[in-house]
Amino acid sequence: MKLKQLEGFLGDLQQFSNPKVELEQYPTGPHIASRMLFTAENSYGDITDKVVADFGCGCGTLSAAAALLDASCVIGFDVDPQSLETATLNAEELEVEIDFVQCDVTKLELKGQVVDTVVMNPPFGTRKKGADMEFLSAAMKVASRAVYSLHKTSTREHIKRAALRDFNAKSAEVICELRYDLPKLYKFHKRKEVDIAVDLWRFEPRQN
Amino acid sequence: MRLIMHNMLTCNIKGVINKSPLRIEAEKVIKKEVDFNPDFLRHMLAKIEWKALVDGARSMGYTELPVHAPGIESDEPFLRKFHHALLELNLEEGSLVCQESGRKFPVNKGVPNMLLHEKEV
Repeated sequence: MKLKQLEGFLGDLQQFSNPKVELEQYPTGPHIASRMLFTAENSYGDITDKVVADFGCGCGTLSAAAALLDASCVIGFDVDPQSLETATLNAEELEVEIDFVQCDVTKLELKGQVVDTVVMNPPFGTRKKGADMEFLSAAMKVASRAVYSLHKTSTREHIKRAALRDFNAKSAEVICELRYDLPKLYKFHKRKEVDIAVDLWRFEPRQN
Repeated sequence: MRLIMHNMLTCNIKGVINKSPLRIEAEKVIKKEVDFNPDFLRHMLAKIEWKALVDGARSMGYTELPVHAPGIESDEPFLRKFHHALLELNLEEGSLVCQESGRKFPVNKGVPNMLLHEKEV
């Protein structure tokens, strides 16, 4: 599949109808999502024929991208039942198989490093402090090959240190810096649109 | 929920030691065909907890899996059964039960709800 094609499919997906601010529900746009997964597969071989988990999957954009790039199994995890319903509909529309689990990802316990790759656009920690780190910690426990994650560029040094020192990372690299366009989603947003500098990270866990 | 996923799940209630596998109580199971990928299946064979898969498949009405996984050589007829059990059986309605605490995690429209109550964390 070509990048433009992938971006096209992802652009058709349904997004949050009533986003919940306390969960930091923002859609992962097709531009970022397609590039993230395309790079994961083309540069690192981390998606096709692999077991891929999407932590905080929301409406399933990253899950859908993984499925379209022929992951052999895709599992989306989220706490919000409404998002999971939308994600299920999206998977049906695209005619791809995605399993979904309702859970608190930060409390989830899987049987060790049972997935190959985790992809995620976690909360940045603006509502619940430290949420971004909790998601990263959780992801590093279950991935055997790689974790791909988006974090604010302003947290770059902090993330790198925590990943290498506390979260069992063999390596932690910023693959690229992106501008994340956030449209005015919530009443408290003053500007029509704002863009935030985010880093796309690739973490490689040590094998347990 | 498919058995490939069930095989990874554990009960995360505080204090529970025997966390997995979760017993399946199936109310509605549907079958969805998935492309056969023998290389992927061989790769998964090493990672899957076999007994949990056999028991899980039985709870969903599929009894064709052998009690023990074959040794090094896995031939196509076996892989086809493994494929069907692992990837094509979908639990739509039912529960996942923690063998130690008895806690039931409901499965609705194929989605298991693993959210814990406050006291369980």
